[in-house]
Amino acid sequence: MPDDIRPVAPGTLERGRPATDTELLRRADWIRLQTVELVAQAGLGHYSSTFSCAEILATLYYRALRLRPDEPRWDNRDRFLLGKGHVATGLWPVLADLGFYSRDWLKQFGKVGSPLNDHPNMRLAPGIDFSSGSLGHNLSVGTGMALAGRLSGLDYRTFVLTGDGELQEGQVWEAAMAASHYKLGNLVAIVDANGFSGSGPTSQAMNIEPLGARFEAFGWTVREINGHDIAAVKSTLDTLPDPASEQPVVIIARTRKGHGVELMEKQPQAWHLGLLNAEQYADVVAEITARMELTK
Amino acid sequence: MTEPKMVDVFSDIERETAAVANPAGYAVTELAAENPRIVTLTADLSNTLAEFTEKFPDRYIELGIAETNSVSLASGMAACGYVPYIFSMAPFGILKTAEQLRTDADYNHLPVRMVGRLAGLAMGYFGTSHYAVEDIAIARTLNNTTVVAPADANSAIALIRATADLAGPVYIRMAEAADKVYDQVPSYEHGRWPRLRHGGDITLVGHGMGVGLAAAAAEILFEHHSIEADVFDAAYLRPYDEDALVASVRKTGRVLSIEDHSVVGGLGSIVAETAGRHGLVAALAQCALPAEDLEVGVPAELYEYYGLTAGGVVARALKLVKG
Repeated sequence: MPDDIRPVAPGTLERGRPATDTELLRRADWIRLQTVELVAQAGLGHYSSTFSCAEILATLYYRALRLRPDEPRWDNRDRFLLGKGHVATGLWPVLADLGFYSRDWLKQFGKVGSPLNDHPNMRLAPGIDFSSGSLGHNLSVGTGMALAGRLSGLDYRTFVLTGDGELQEGQVWEAAMAASHYKLGNLVAIVDANGFSGSGPTSQAMNIEPLGARFEAFGWTVREINGHDIAAVKSTLDTLPDPASEQPVVIIARTRKGHGVELMEKQPQAWHLGLLNAEQYADVVAEITARMELTK
Repeated sequence: MTEPKMVDVFSDIERETAAVANPAGYAVTELAAENPRIVTLTADLSNTLAEFTEKFPDRYIELGIAETNSVSLASGMAACGYVPYIFSMAPFGILKTAEQLRTDADYNHLPVRMVGRLAGLAMGYFGTSHYAVEDIAIARTLNNTTVVAPADANSAIALIRATADLAGPVYIRMAEAADKVYDQVPSYEHGRWPRLRHGGDITLVGHGMGVGLAAAAAEILFEHHSIEADVFDAAYLRPYDEDALVASVRKTGRVLSIEDHSVVGGLGSIVAETAGRHGLVAALAQCALPAEDLEVGVPAELYEYYGLTAGGVVARALKLVKG
């Protein structure tokens, strides 16, 4: 298992840490591999919606976020909220790798008493800034954190990763209204717009487009990118407006559900929640590993 | 006799009368002077925080008519070290946001405070959409949330002070129609029910407006019927004073609970659950709102209609004692 990509330094991990596009792409694939392993261990899991945001998670955690793994509650850390809490499986190996907790914790994933669950719990897992699972809440929570930052005079950013189906929740738009009303330029929403929710194409269930225009109408700065184009993800996160600026930012990341695994790209919806059989597991691991070998 | 009329429950109040007319706003403003981490949030209810907004304009956050967002946003602030007091109308503050309170505030043990104004039938005239008669049933199933229901203005000030430093969420249920029970600000012990009167014939427990009714009824029961009631201010509904309740019921064998809440899930249910759990043989009755569609009207008339008056409590108590 290629765990050797870049050793993590202790202390504060600053914003804009050096990471090449290749390193981040390999890290995204590493997240996919780790997810496949953890799901196999637990017996059931969310594959394809984790894969659609793997490049985003990789770039946030290995470049963009200001963190202190040895002091997870440090008051000026950047916050990251997993609005689409069902992709926590992809975050657990990242937090272990960065030193928030021991890698041994991963072995308990999915078991009774494990601090690492299918959805994240802030009371159990260091590095989780807020619990999630109920869709539509975390943009409100993040707005509260951004307001708290302003009130405390701290310059941390609050990032909220939402799914596109999640945007059907009305509360998201209450938060969107409040964030621009309070001029929270320290708040960044990232929409993993993979086009699918649990039971089918998102906009077939309830149209959410045009997303950019909708957020713009709510007073947000909108950046629309290909969420798998690592250079685009990186440069968008590198060039965020200053946290003291006055407009919240939404990054609409157009992604593919199941990205990086052929089987799941073909049937993204079927792999929203599931379990690979032994043969599929071997094929998927081989596919991802082969890609990583090319850039070793 | 003057005809009961709807009181303007929304009017701003004068500073001199704030402690009486708006005890929650008064108490939170007082606490905020000592604790800079206290912030207030409202969903279009700023008129209850006139003094706070004047003194601490930066720490007052208006969120518009968006209760669910308010609760999740407050939880986010609480996760960053703040102690948010959300002022909301009880029917919307609790019922509409039950899931946000549970998932964001309660499950995460965060110090979010929900001040539910105009609970029970206080907004009677406005219609059943504005009733909060299921709120305690919901709030007391939240495992980490403290639920209090002040008996009057002094009681509200005391309970807001007493719960200010709790690490978890607090629901403060404001009953605006309460008669005065306490001449001074009382002191409460966490989860304990102050005893207002000693007696061996019947136990009367009430919260909110029910406390004043219980006290008044006990007086009448003693003066006119020589019945001595054990009377408690059941200010804490979670945790509640199980010891005091069990000891009293063992003594009296009869309990009447009084509350402007549904007969389902409130104090009446607490009494029944406790009696059952302890194997107490006791007669139980409730002065509360029936589990059916409720009438609409001016609160004073509704209280009369549903027997939530001192006379109504006396009649129910007599039936319980005399059979």
